Amino acid sequence: MNEVKKTSVEPDEWEPLKAYTNARIALGKTGISIPLKESLQFKMAHAHAKDAVYSQLAIASLQADLAGTSLPIHQIHSQAESRDIYLQRPDLGRLLAPDSVAKLRQLDSSPADISIIIADGLSATAINTYAGPFVTRLVDKVRQTGYSLAPLLLVEQGRVAITDSIGGILRPQLAIILIGERPGLSAFDSMGAYITYAPQPGLTDERRNCISNIREQGLPPILAVDKLMYLINSAFRLQITGVTLKDNNGLLE
Amino acid sequence: MAYHCTVGNFTYRFNDLKELLAKASPLRSGDVLAGLTAESYEERVAAQMALADVPLVTFLSEVVIPYEIDDVTRLIIDTHDKAAFSRISHFTIGDLRDWLLSDEADTSTLQQIARGLTPEMVAAVSKLMRNQDLILVAKKCEVVTRFRNTIGLRGHLSVRLQPNHPTDDAKGVAASIIDGLLYGSGDATIGINPATDSPAATSRLLHMIDGVRERFAIPTQSCVLSHITTTLELIEQKVPVDLVFQSIAGTEKANASFGISQSLLQEAYEAGLSLKRGTVGTNIMYFETGQGSALSSGAHHNVDQQTCEVRAYAVARQYKPFLVNSVVGFIGPEYLFDGKQIIRAGLEDHFCGKLMGLPMGMDICYTNHAQADQDDMDTLLTLLGVAGINFIMGIPGADDIMLNYQSTSFHDALYLRRVLGLRPAPEFEEWLLQQGIMDALGNRLSTGLQKQLYTTLVG
Repeated sequence: MNEVKKTSVEPDEWEPLKAYTNARIALGKTGISIPLKESLQFKMAHAHAKDAVYSQLAIASLQADLAGTSLPIHQIHSQAESRDIYLQRPDLGRLLAPDSVAKLRQLDSSPADISIIIADGLSATAINTYAGPFVTRLVDKVRQTGYSLAPLLLVEQGRVAITDSIGGILRPQLAIILIGERPGLSAFDSMGAYITYAPQPGLTDERRNCISNIREQGLPPILAVDKLMYLINSAFRLQITGVTLKDNNGLLE
Repeated sequence: MAYHCTVGNFTYRFNDLKELLAKASPLRSGDVLAGLTAESYEERVAAQMALADVPLVTFLSEVVIPYEIDDVTRLIIDTHDKAAFSRISHFTIGDLRDWLLSDEADTSTLQQIARGLTPEMVAAVSKLMRNQDLILVAKKCEVVTRFRNTIGLRGHLSVRLQPNHPTDDAKGVAASIIDGLLYGSGDATIGINPATDSPAATSRLLHMIDGVRERFAIPTQSCVLSHITTTLELIEQKVPVDLVFQSIAGTEKANASFGISQSLLQEAYEAGLSLKRGTVGTNIMYFETGQGSALSSGAHHNVDQQTCEVRAYAVARQYKPFLVNSVVGFIGPEYLFDGKQIIRAGLEDHFCGKLMGLPMGMDICYTNHAQADQDDMDTLLTLLGVAGINFIMGIPGADDIMLNYQSTSFHDALYLRRVLGLRPAPEFEEWLLQQGIMDALGNRLSTGLQKQLYTTLVG
């Protein structure tokens, strides 16, 4: 029997168009199907995204990275007991577990100007990569401006609105939560920063301001800290965050 | 009114139709999140048994959201076609299921009774049906729509070419359009989700697609999926608007959260019609829906998410849409957790929409935090192809770099056409053949057209 010839992938003539977009164009084909190389690259991107969704906060290394701030660090968690529950019950990810409530109540310190919260969100990988240096720089800037700081909080299985549950207990004037964003195929390590003035249970998301896509290839962390400081100063000046703050500051968007 | 089902020595009680529908629903995370699901597998089947015995006429007197507080309920009741209903008015939901599967329920009979069915009747019967039942009945339905080409003919599969770009960059969008056209996609529409909703950006994109379409005489229609108020504004400014797009939902409150009302939809529909841009027909509306949208805006009135979804179809059918697209897995795992739930919901939405007389297509998709992958999309894609879906999405490599989710690709569309012997919309297929882009077997040919398209679009 004759040996069957290996199939060579048919490239697309319009490969130069790849210069104009990151979309997966001009993939070529075998028969009418996607060539294996492209198929495996897609799978790898998806694998990175899935691994990021199921990644966990590297507590010890985050504590080490944050040691330079000289702030106490406390570890707390939401009412979502596992990642699968977290994914299906966003409401539970917004609430503190009873033992975490007790822990915060025991802190018994006077309310600070700013509380910095670090939560895994949908990509602990993003937090593990960027939160340490980001928060260290942020704390420096905040102290230079003269604001007082609450202890740092590391939250497992947390959503953005857990800020409000924490705010209801610690009563900071303003809370910042750094959280892993939903991974896409092009980025699985994006960190988001949300700030909320006078956080307390019952607030909705239009009361917050957000800086997203913080990562080296997106909004670089150093720039993001500066942008965040601008927001923080505006929030204290106007005593509000959310849609109103955005409206008053054309520079922000 | 309460409903009951006795299993062994225990009698389940369901307080009203709304509760019965919710508990009869196949399990999905969104109903769990809303606290509406059956508490056991047994209770779920008991609810299905009780639901099978409910007469269709009950659905005309017992509404799931009060008539007084919801304009979708008013629409459903006020537009119910009693003549169409009279042929099946003696049925229970169970009778309806068996009849739909029978040979008597052929294509034309199904078309004749469509307006006699309310969304709640259709949702109810779908809850009693297995996946293969949903496929078999949907396959018998045929919903054909026309604008510049003809979509939904038996044996044809169309594709919405979705060339999104994170910053709406004209050359970036154009590169994806070229890729899609040369892979035989784009007959349902060339439809861009804009990164921002600004009228200027939307207008620029509409002019760009329209220029390409005119230059190459492509028998298709364009759409930029901006908010309907933006589209209305652009129609007034004489921007070339083909299809009028809007996301819709199944309750008045959920629609309000989208910034729309039925009167606004009517206004935009009439404005779009006034342009008379369709050459072979006057279907101009493009609607998108998806299970979970009512719950996510806190507007579900404790109605299960699948019933809410079908109520959106009642809104859609008022405007004789060209395309209706259920964006099934986009909303995330808190509504549809995994591949199994997404596949089931996809088959339900397609069946329910078709039975109501809508030109159903689907964005067969998932986000990275759902337990699903491209294998699940292949499964749903194939099942929907068998069920006779009108159109699917075509996105370069199935990866939308603006909306950050995964759907189906131009290659996927070619796969489906090949394994099921499906063809593009006839007018578009003729264009592909004339241009030498494809041969009659669906193989891509190498021609000089690529070069011409580049130079026109990206210079």
